[in-house]
Amino acid sequence: MIFQPAIIALLLAASLSLLMLIIASPFAMQVIRHWDITSGSERQLKLERLTYLFSTLVAFVCLVQILSALLFVFNADKMSVMFVGAMCAVGALNVNEFGFPALYLQLALFFLATLWLAINHADSQARDYPLVKLKYALLLAAIPLFALSLGLQLQYFLGLKADVITSCCGSLFSSDAPTLASEVSALEPKPALLMFYGSLIVAITLSGWHWRDKGNLSGYASGLGALAAFVASIAGILAFVSLYIYEHPHHHCPFCILKPEYDYQGYWLYLPLFAAAAAGMSAGVLRVFANRPSLAQVVPALTGRLAGIAAISYVLFALIASLMIWQSNLILLD
Amino acid sequence: MKIWIEKQKHLIDFTLASLARRKGKNLGLLFIYGLLVFVLASVALYTHALRTEAQKVLAGTPEIVLQRLVAGRHDLIPPGYIEKIGRIRGVQKKEGRLWGYYYDSVVKANYTFMAPRNMQVARGEIIVGPALERSRGLAAGNGISFRSYSGELHTFIVADVLPQTSELVSADLVLMHEEDFRAFFKYPEGHVTDVALSVANPQEIKNVALKLMDALPDSRPILRDEVLRTYASVFDWREGIMLALLSAAILAFGIFAWEKAAGLSAEEKREIGILKAIGWETGDVIKMKFWEGLLISLLAFLLGYIAAYLHVFHFGSILFEPVLKGWAVLYPSFTLTPHIDGLQVATLFFFTVFPYTAAVLVPIWRAATTDPDTVMRG
Amino acid sequence: MLELTQIRKAFNQGKHNEYWALAGIDLAIPEKQVTALRGPSGSGKTTLLTILGCLARPTEGRVRLKGEDISGLPERFLTEIRRQTFGFIFQQFNLIRGLSAIENVVLPAYPTGRPRKELLEKAEALLADVNLGHRREAKVEWLSGGEQQRVAICRALINDPEVLIADEPTANLDTRLAGEFLGILEGLADKGRTIILTSHDPMVVESEIVNFIVTLRDGKIVEQ
Ligand SMILES: Nc1ncnc2c1ncn2[C@@H]1O[C@H](COP(=O)(O)OP(=O)(O)OP(=O)(O)O)[C@@H](O)[C@H]1O
Ligand SMILES: [Mg+2]
Repeated sequence: MIFQPAIIALLLAASLSLLMLIIASPFAMQVIRHWDITSGSERQLKLERLTYLFSTLVAFVCLVQILSALLFVFNADKMSVMFVGAMCAVGALNVNEFGFPALYLQLALFFLATLWLAINHADSQARDYPLVKLKYALLLAAIPLFALSLGLQLQYFLGLKADVITSCCGSLFSSDAPTLASEVSALEPKPALLMFYGSLIVAITLSGWHWRDKGNLSGYASGLGALAAFVASIAGILAFVSLYIYEHPHHHCPFCILKPEYDYQGYWLYLPLFAAAAAGMSAGVLRVFANRPSLAQVVPALTGRLAGIAAISYVLFALIASLMIWQSNLILLD
Repeated sequence: MKIWIEKQKHLIDFTLASLARRKGKNLGLLFIYGLLVFVLASVALYTHALRTEAQKVLAGTPEIVLQRLVAGRHDLIPPGYIEKIGRIRGVQKKEGRLWGYYYDSVVKANYTFMAPRNMQVARGEIIVGPALERSRGLAAGNGISFRSYSGELHTFIVADVLPQTSELVSADLVLMHEEDFRAFFKYPEGHVTDVALSVANPQEIKNVALKLMDALPDSRPILRDEVLRTYASVFDWREGIMLALLSAAILAFGIFAWEKAAGLSAEEKREIGILKAIGWETGDVIKMKFWEGLLISLLAFLLGYIAAYLHVFHFGSILFEPVLKGWAVLYPSFTLTPHIDGLQVATLFFFTVFPYTAAVLVPIWRAATTDPDTVMRG
Repeated sequence: MLELTQIRKAFNQGKHNEYWALAGIDLAIPEKQVTALRGPSGSGKTTLLTILGCLARPTEGRVRLKGEDISGLPERFLTEIRRQTFGFIFQQFNLIRGLSAIENVVLPAYPTGRPRKELLEKAEALLADVNLGHRREAKVEWLSGGEQQRVAICRALINDPEVLIADEPTANLDTRLAGEFLGILEGLADKGRTIILTSHDPMVVESEIVNFIVTLRDGKIVEQ
């Protein structure tokens, strides 16, 4: 175990989030069991009041999740000096088998939390709170995931040994290692470029369409488009955007771009990208509830707005990525 | 969207007014909160600066230093020892170094005497570090005498003072000619203190060290990376211990914040009741309280951090030098290079704002959900 | 405009000290009229008023506002309706100390997100209407009882509600001030606002501006 302030902070944040959710779970059970919107009984009034606590709590946990995912990567990057062979976050995350799963789960939890907040927002605008039971069931279902996240982080940090020789981005994302990441990195710049811009244009068009039309078809389509564009964007960052930032034809790394050496350019890419993906995918999922009578007005308005956010964020992302490519001195394609 | 922004502006307006109306209570909270940030940030800034300083010291040193052991103790390296090593793959350069410690009883401090390879110092002259310049009042052209371990007095002329880049690196250095060095410490001709080896490829360092152990069983190779890591972990460990001790303080602070928020004054409760009765929604009250918490947190964080910055980098960390610094005796005074680190700010934010928010969440909710009809009943 | 059917309200439901403050109320409040509730202390006037004004939900029964059933609505929506439709004047005035008169008047409009400039103009006009224009920057705790009540009236009107609700509005005023208050109320009623008030004060209940009188006893309506 490496005893470091950032690690303690991360573990503290994860355990407090989990603890808060666990303490809240009996109340969530009560809501599921006794919710009756037509009743004016004091118990129902109490339950309704509890829902305010939950949405505040989940919003808080969601915020913590975003910050701790950032801190996690940031910290991994800083720790890389301690491991032979590690040059950036990739190396430090690779020190044992829990590093990357812990990161992936954190990102997944971020998307889940934003989705929950979107559902919560829709639900609290409908006069009969139609999704209340579903919401709290989802919350209960998420608790094991939060526990798993804490467990993975704990395993990862406990398993850090300074004398481990790890492999860093050079080998993980090099074109001849047999991993998925390296397959992606090995994409020829030209098809990768086409896929990147193609999927972004499709996603932006679909989201823009849904923004205007607010229909069911466009809603699902824009959700799928957002997902596809997210995957393609990550692949694009691996395959060529990072190369342009590093101005190096073989340095495929999604983390080094976050470093001060590269002026923290990665944050400019990831912030709009994650915002776009979260908004777009939430819009897609919310469409499922569009035909509930009391949500018939609420959901289209909300998904339309989310799709608008997704479209704008993807445009921003594409512009920033293009600007970085344009300003680079590297020439991949002629 | 415009309505939303306008509404948040109203809420912030109201929050500012209500903070101003309860000056005493809020200043108290701000003080405690800021104090917590100050202490934590001081620890973090201080250890971090020490760590970077140590890294700077080590950055200029060779990848491997080879010492010879006699009866388990560090001893001089005799002539011909280096040649015995022969050629090792990956080693770019190897050279013997001449250096030693000297205790100056006048100012009760240790100096590092050294005969540099990459720099010419004339016989009878020395170049000194800034610490000597200060403690002995030396300047270029002055003369100074040291009594060697054999009892003779040696007099040198100060040719130059080293620039003050990183004080830990060069503060106590005294550079002199090789012949002067040998005469001062009575080093036999051809003997050196240790051997420095430079290895270009970091992956090779371990192999080289293993081969050295093989070839010279009485030697001890010291790897720079290992020292770096040990340093880093020692500092982390100290910082960790400090923070762990302080987490008790954080906890106390959490309870304090809870009390403050839970024990809302009757006046405040009445206000929230009024707001709810005249048309504020529970969510609006929560948002208003959220802005209040955010304003207090940011202000406390900013004040605490700035105070800590001044404390560490301008007032020499007077408050806890004794706890954190191991080498205070060697370096009577040195200023740390100011440095702010993103990870550290983020970590501090987690240690302070996070517990505060978690502690006030439930009390705020409880206050915000007071019955709107309570104000109708005296 | 407001219709109550079979309204019952319990306090401490399910506990040993369960108490039914309203025991089956059927009542229709006519639009653009002044309705007064009266009855002995503890008869449930205030409780009924909180239900009429959407400050509280009935334990049982239905509340209809302009034909729409609002009895089962969660607090969030009830608040919205309350903000748009009702203005409140309380017995203790319930102004927020430390804020100026005009700041108090604009408070109910904060959640609507209307621009500040517009709000201040409206508040100034309202204060001028009740001859308080010159006191708008004064802290409310320095105002006299009558002035405080006029500030409270302005506050109740800032969101332009259709219904004004007043609980014992004259209990803290002397006869002269109560008369002034009735004058203001009359002006508002003439402009077509619906007004519901409770009072012990015969001067209020028997004044000619009151169109309907409802008498309560033990949580039931005994006379209408
Ligand atoms: N929160 C509460 N908990 C318990 N009992 C309550 C509560 N609020 C009111 N009551 C009870 O309900 C009954 C009706 O109260 P309410 O305030 O409506 O009377 P009222 O007619 O307004 O009386 P007054 O003329 O004195 O103002 C009273 O007996 C009171 O004690
Ligand atoms: Mg009463």
